[in-house]
This record gives sequence, structure tokens and C-alpha cells, in this order.
Amino acid sequence: MSVNELFKKDLKVVNIGLKSFYNDLKSQNLTAVHVNWKPKAGGKTRMVSLLDKLKKMN
Amino acid sequence: MIIQTIVKKNAYYDSVTLMLLSRELKKLEGVEEILVGMGTDLNIELVQNLGLFSGELESITSNDLFISAKFDETRTNLEAIEAAFVEQLNKTDQKEADDDYQPPTLKSALQYLPDANMVVVSVPGQSAADVVDEALDNDLHVMLFSDNVSVEDELRLKQKAVNKGLLVMGPDCGTAIINGAPLCFANAVRRGRIGVVGASGTGTQEVTVQIHQMGGGLSQVIGTGGRDLKEEIGGLMMIQGFQALIDDPETDLIVLISKPPAASVAEKIYRIARQSAKPVVIDFIGGDRAAIEAVGAIACISLEDAARKAMAKLNGQKVADFVGFSLPEAEIEQIVDKAVATLKPDQTELRALFTGGTLADEAMKLLGGRYAIYSNIPLSPEMAIENMPDQKGHLCLDLGEDRFTRGRPHPMIDPQTRTEFFRSHVDEQTAVILVDVVLGFGSHADPAGAVVDSVREVRERLGKVGREVVVVASVCGTDLDSQNLERSVRALESEGVIVMPSNAQAVRLTDRVFQRLEKGN
Amino acid sequence: MENLIEKANQQVLEIIQNARPTLIGLGIAGEVIPGMEKNLFLHAGPPVTWERMSGPMRGAVMAGLIYEGFASTPEEAAKVAASGKIRFEPCHHHQSVGPMAGVVTSSMPVWIIENTTYGNKAFCTLNEGLGKVLRFGAYGEEVITRLKWMEAVLYPVLKEAIAIHGPIDLKNMIAQGVQMGDEVHNRNKASTSLLIREIASSIVKTSFSDEDKVKVFDFLNSNDHTYLNLSMPAAKASLDPAGGVKYSTIVYTMARNGTDFGIRVAGLGDRWFTAPAEIINGLYFPGFTMDDANPDIGDSCITETLGIGGFSMATAPAIVQFVGGTPKDAMRYTTSMYEITTEESKAYKLPPLNFRGAPTGIDIRKVVETQILPVINTGIAHKDPGVGQVGAGIVNPPMACFEQALEAYVKLLEDEGLVE
Repeated sequence: MSVNELFKKDLKVVNIGLKSFYNDLKSQNLTAVHVNWKPKAGGKTRMVSLLDKLKKMN
Repeated sequence: MIIQTIVKKNAYYDSVTLMLLSRELKKLEGVEEILVGMGTDLNIELVQNLGLFSGELESITSNDLFISAKFDETRTNLEAIEAAFVEQLNKTDQKEADDDYQPPTLKSALQYLPDANMVVVSVPGQSAADVVDEALDNDLHVMLFSDNVSVEDELRLKQKAVNKGLLVMGPDCGTAIINGAPLCFANAVRRGRIGVVGASGTGTQEVTVQIHQMGGGLSQVIGTGGRDLKEEIGGLMMIQGFQALIDDPETDLIVLISKPPAASVAEKIYRIARQSAKPVVIDFIGGDRAAIEAVGAIACISLEDAARKAMAKLNGQKVADFVGFSLPEAEIEQIVDKAVATLKPDQTELRALFTGGTLADEAMKLLGGRYAIYSNIPLSPEMAIENMPDQKGHLCLDLGEDRFTRGRPHPMIDPQTRTEFFRSHVDEQTAVILVDVVLGFGSHADPAGAVVDSVREVRERLGKVGREVVVVASVCGTDLDSQNLERSVRALESEGVIVMPSNAQAVRLTDRVFQRLEKGN
Repeated sequence: MENLIEKANQQVLEIIQNARPTLIGLGIAGEVIPGMEKNLFLHAGPPVTWERMSGPMRGAVMAGLIYEGFASTPEEAAKVAASGKIRFEPCHHHQSVGPMAGVVTSSMPVWIIENTTYGNKAFCTLNEGLGKVLRFGAYGEEVITRLKWMEAVLYPVLKEAIAIHGPIDLKNMIAQGVQMGDEVHNRNKASTSLLIREIASSIVKTSFSDEDKVKVFDFLNSNDHTYLNLSMPAAKASLDPAGGVKYSTIVYTMARNGTDFGIRVAGLGDRWFTAPAEIINGLYFPGFTMDDANPDIGDSCITETLGIGGFSMATAPAIVQFVGGTPKDAMRYTTSMYEITTEESKAYKLPPLNFRGAPTGIDIRKVVETQILPVINTGIAHKDPGVGQVGAGIVNPPMACFEQALEAYVKLLEDEGLVE
């Protein structure tokens, strides 16, 4: 949806990262979900490269 | 004292959690110094600087967590430290235990919230681009708080966003208010007819707060991130936001806020401004006034001025530079008299300690012409703080700048850094301490209280050698903010702080005090 | 081309969802289990040698040797076990599963389960009850006496009863059980009750003495976990036909032998991916601590592999009391399992989650990417043979199993030129 379309909607937020931002959103009674983000594959570069190989199969 | 390190491989915790952990663990008995962090190059450097380095850190990666401690081995040991670490972590986890489900990925989150329209991203910079990509692929607008995203990635993501008609606010974007909802660091302000596109976090906050104070309201406040108006990015989001506000039926007037853009970028913006049927107020802080006015836009001399001109224009009133004060001149004179009377002849120095980058910048722009001010955001290289001889001279610091936030939370979140500077950099020669107090979402629960404590401490310390000091502040906040503007102002005033209604006026008052001091000498 | 993987996984899920595990009767291991021999002892988990076996499994082997007459004392049994005279193979290699040590010897009676959709079978011994039992590594006289009674009385009565009753749809029974507070791994009370109710009149109709029938009823009734030895082979029978679906990344076996944890992946055939089994962080009975615990052991996590057991914890809130959590934790565990699985079960619906189907089809890619490990609800065995259960808790497989499997999987695709 375009920016102007966004302006007409109720904001519904996915928060990824610092929990405090999510808490602030909830305190305003906004619809929000918090993603408990962790680095992909625990940051293990070998695993990330394996997963990427499979994703690239497209 | 010995130095030991615990390494936890592939254990991720966000930076704020780790910094707060470091702070708590430092309180342990027997611990002299401790740092908990992810094994990034920056953190390893910090460990070395703190004198905590040990061999185990040679081979860790940025995905590993380390706890480096210097402690008195007769009073504690590594096991106790690790146990305390786990306990603190459990306390955090326990608080989360009663919360709603937290999906582990964006994909999963979208199953819980299929009609999501905005993603707020504050993950470590090296991972942020991937997250933003995924958000854009899912046709979601993005607020990108993370910094340390490469210019290449920023350009690519913003181009992708523009092609899809989506927002990417950032990287390094601290402030936005979309559909009346404050995101990240923003104040609770009235909804209204003024739209803002801002590349500067606290600059945007100050303008929105001033508009609210004058009875106005904000339709949309779009952030662009600090780098948007550089040549390489070409103002992609400023332009996207600007255009959206022009097309927005709920916006009657538009304010643009940024440091001066690259020339080619300014050109593009001016072109749009020229064709805009809606009035445009452009605050390119310290920028080219003539060029702005040439396209029919309204130029500004300060953030407050931008807000005032916007309100005046909207209300059909005369639009004029605001160079004075809200209080009558006579009262200002009285305040200056009173302040100057408390100082000794050899108190001649400024200590400006800012938590908001753009507010510090505004102070530098308004004062730096007349005074030689050392700073970490100096107006010229000779005035860089490294060149400051023995803390002699005027000083103005942006405490939110990278060098002060390594391994520490931003001073808007945690006042500790400024508290330390009050202690280390305010001395018998200090005449005026100038501060900003930023309220709102994202900020500390009681920033005014922290300043009050610091001021009290400083007055006690200086009082012992028969000295007083002038403290000038402005509070960037509203009555709707949880920290409450009025309460904050009263708390500061009860500690003898001179509270001015805006950053510009606080800076101007400071200037008046120094002018009077110069005359007196 | 990622469709190749999705297609294969779809196929696997279809196989699993269409399973119809059915109790069709009982038999003696040596007669009905494929490849079973007098000197072949089956055990839980991936392959393991006598030298590497943990306490409870050794104790179980020793009990088995005494039971089968290979030795008359534990000391003798230990010598025989080490002698090489006895072969040890995983239950899984013989279409079987066993809880805890999971030792199966040729004279032991077993439940026979058939997946009527595909015709494959699965076998499991009858649950001995709690306390000093073979599966916890006890080898004393009472263990042997009980086993002999099970062989002589329990087995024939049940065999005849099932023959009279006819086949029992276990999928249906488990589906009811999970709506009655069971997750059919650590909590089997409701399903056990349903079983006894179902076969009660058939037991009465058998040709045995009243005394025997009463003893059978009492035995079944005294053991809340009677049903575990049915839910396990039901799960195995449901999952086995999925093994061998090329290019699938779905896990069709999880098992531990008290030393190692092993998984098998549908697209990687029979290969085991193993790593050291974990010590369970749980609630210990008074007098016992983590120091007393044996590493994770048993084939019972075949239930979790299917999406029941710990994966369905949300539906069995009572279980959390034994693992030291709250009902909200139970909900959270199940909810997080949806992140690493592929579909919701069409058969096993969980009332506390608005009848959402259990999380089914563990995908190794999702496990590695999210670093969320399957959650297993398990009992904890004492590390010394014969002491028995010392607690219960929640445990995960080692991440290494999934990462090794992912390595192998990508290598397979590389060798076939399907990825760079």
C-alpha cells in the first residue's frame, strides 16, 4: 500500500529488535506484535550459508 | 585484582540488555570493572581500553557473548559473577514471561498480524538490511532505527521502497509519528494539520513539541534518517515523504527539517517546493536562506522559528524571524542580572551538555560564530575537543555521538553519561551549564530528575569552594508525555535551573549571560 | 526450485496425516519382530555399543540377559554383555520403539500396531509400571518375576481380548486423549483409562480365570503410563512410511540411548545424526539432584516427532507441575513449536489453542534458522542402573544433530547438482 494509503489505515506494527519500543506501542493501545529477534541460525556463518544455498534454489 | 573472561558462544542478547547487565554486574562486591557484550570489533576495542582484555577474546566472533571482569579474587570469583549474570538474565526473562507470544521471525509475526502495515526495526546494523528487505518484500513500510547500515544498502533499500511506494524511515532514524502514533523516540503531540519530514531526530522532536505548545497539531511526522539528504542517497525518503504530504488531504502545511543537504538534493527538494500548492517551511539548519525563499518556501533561523512560522502561516498571521524571547525583555534582563550576580570574575566558561544531537547542533550554530567553542561536533577542525587545552575554554558536547555511546546506552535512555560529565567537566571556571531535557517515548523515565540530581551535586561541590553556577535548560516535551512537561519544568526550577521554553531561547539566554560577563570584564 | 523441497515435504506431511495406526494384536518379540533373534537385543536410541551404554541401559541389558536365561546373576550378565555374544541394535532398525532403556529381548510380549493406510507395522513391549523396572535399568528378582508374569498371564489375556474385540483405532483414541488432558508421552492417564474401558468387556470374555482377569485389570489400572507403550508405536507407525521421501527436510525419527541423541530425516533415509544426549533440567524428586541424572534416554520422543508429547503440552497443563513450570509455559512451548513445523495435525486438535491442530512435521531448516529446538517432555532416570526415575523435566535435542543433518542434506543436493 502506498504512503497515502497508509495514512488512512490504523497503524499495525511489527516491532523487531528492542523490546522497549514494543512496550511503548502497547502503552498507546496500538496493535503490535514483538518479534523476539535473534541472528539467523544463531549467527553461525556456515549454517547461514547452507540455508541461503537452499533459498537460492528458486 | 585479576582479569578473567567468560565466553558464551552463539548467545545473542540485544545491546540495551547487555549494557544494563554490565551496569548491574559492576555493583557486585569485589568487582572493579566489568563489561558484558557481543564480540564485535568495537566491543573488543572497548575491552582493551578498559584494561580487561584476556586471551579468550582472541578467537571470539561477533555472535559470541563475553563477560570480561576485573575483580578482587579474595572477595569474589568468576563463578559468582557468572551466577549473577544468569540471575539478572532470568529477572529479565521473568518479566517477559507474562507477556504476549513473541514470534521469532517477521514471517511468523505476519501470521499473527496478517494486516500489519509497519515494521519498526532496531536490530544490530549488520543484520538490519536483511530484515528491511523482508519487510519490503511483504509490502510493509519500515521505520529503521538501527544504524551502522552501509550506504550501499541504504540506497538499495530506499530505491526498492520508492519503487513500491513504501517508506523506509532510516537508517539511524530516531523519530517518526505516523497516523498519530509516536514511533521510537517521539513526543506525544496533538493531531493536526501540519506535516513534517525530518532527517534529524531531536530536531524533529523540538519542532513537533513547539507546534504542540502553540496549540497546533501534527498530521504526520515522517523521519528519513540522518544520511538521506547526502549526495549518495539523493534525498529519496525526504522526497517521498514530501510528496506524500503534498498529496495528503489532512495536511495543510509542510515543514522540512534537516542539516543542509547536498546541493543536487537541495535542488530536487526546491523544485517540488516551488510547485507545491501548500505552504512549505524549510529548516535546513544553517542552510541557504535565499535559495529557499527563491522557490516560495519559508526559511528558518532555528527549530523554534520553524514551528512558529508554520503556525503563523497556517493561521494567516505575519511570518517573521523569531530572534527574541517569549518573556518580555525586562524580565529577561532581570534573569540575566540575577544569574551574573552569582558568578565570580574568573567564572567565564560554558559547559553545554546535550543529549539530543540536533539540539547540540543548533546550539553550536547559534553560538559558534561569536564564541570559540570546543566540541565533538565543532564548527572547524581546530575546535575539536581533542584540541582543548586542559579543559580550558568553552565546551559543547553532543553526548549521543558515537564516541560516547560505545558500550553505553544513549544518554536519552540512560542519563548516566551526562551525570559523569557534570562531575568531570564542570569546575570552578564554569559560568553556565546548558542542557537539554528530552521527554517522550523512548526517553528515560525522569530525565529532569537526573539533571536535578546532577545540579544539586554540582552546587554542593562548587559551594564548598564558595562558588555558584548558572544552569540553563529547555525541556523538549509536552503535557501529554509520560514524564510530563510541567512537572519536569517545576522540578528543574525548584533546583534553581533557568528553564526556557525552547532550545533556541535557552541558547540565546546563555549568549546573553556571556555577553554580560564580557561587558563586566 | 525450492519447490523441490516443498513438494517433498508436502508428500511427507500427507503420509503422516493419512496414517491410521491401529492396534491389531499382540505377539512375542522373537516371533513377530522382523529380524529378531535370541541373541539380538534391541535398545532405544541410535546405535550404541555395550562400552558406551549408560547405567540404566546396561542394567536393562543385564535384566534382559537374566530374563532370557543367558545369565543367572548380574555379574554374569555383565560378562555376557561385554563378551560380544549378544548383538545390540536400535529398536528403530526393527520397526520397534522402547521407552527409557527400551530393551527388547526375544521372549518379551509386544503390542502389534499396523498403519492400515500403508500396511507398515510397529512394535513395542508392554509397560511394566513404575519403580524398579527393566526400562529404568533394574535387574533384581522382582523385575524378572514381573516380566515372567507379563509373559505368562498379561500377554495371553490381552492377546485374546484384542482378538475378541477386534482392531482398535489408536489415532482416534489419542485424539480423544489429547482433548482430555493427555499429551501421551508423560501424561497418559486419560488414554490409559480409555483403553481399559474399551477392552474391559473383552477381557471379561476371555477364557482365563477370574483371578487372572482381575490381576490384569489391576495391573493395567495401577499404571497410568500403560498407554505410552501404545502411543509410541502408533507414532512410529505413522512416521515410518515418510522415511525415504527424497529431498524432504522433515524429521521422521528422534531417539536417545542414554548416551547419544539421534535424529533421522526423511530425505536422508536411514542415516542417523547424533550428538551427546543432554542432562535434563527439571524438577527432581526429594533427595535427588541433577548430579544423579542420567542423560536423556528413550525412544519416547517419537511422540514429539509426530507433534504430540511435549509439542502438545498446551493441552496437558497438568504436566507442567512435574516439570516445574506454569500452564502459560505449556502454551508457550506448544506455540513456539509451530515455528519449526510444517502443518497442523488434522487429527490431533488442542482445545486450549482453540482446537488448533498439533504442530506436525519438524523441518530441519526451520530448526537451524530459528535456533528453536524441539521440546521434549521426559522422565529422568538415575544414572545408576536399577534406581529408577528421579524426576521429570523438559529437554531438547542437541542443535548439532540438526546442523549435521543440514550439512548432509545440502551436500546431497550439491552432489546431484541441484545447488552450487
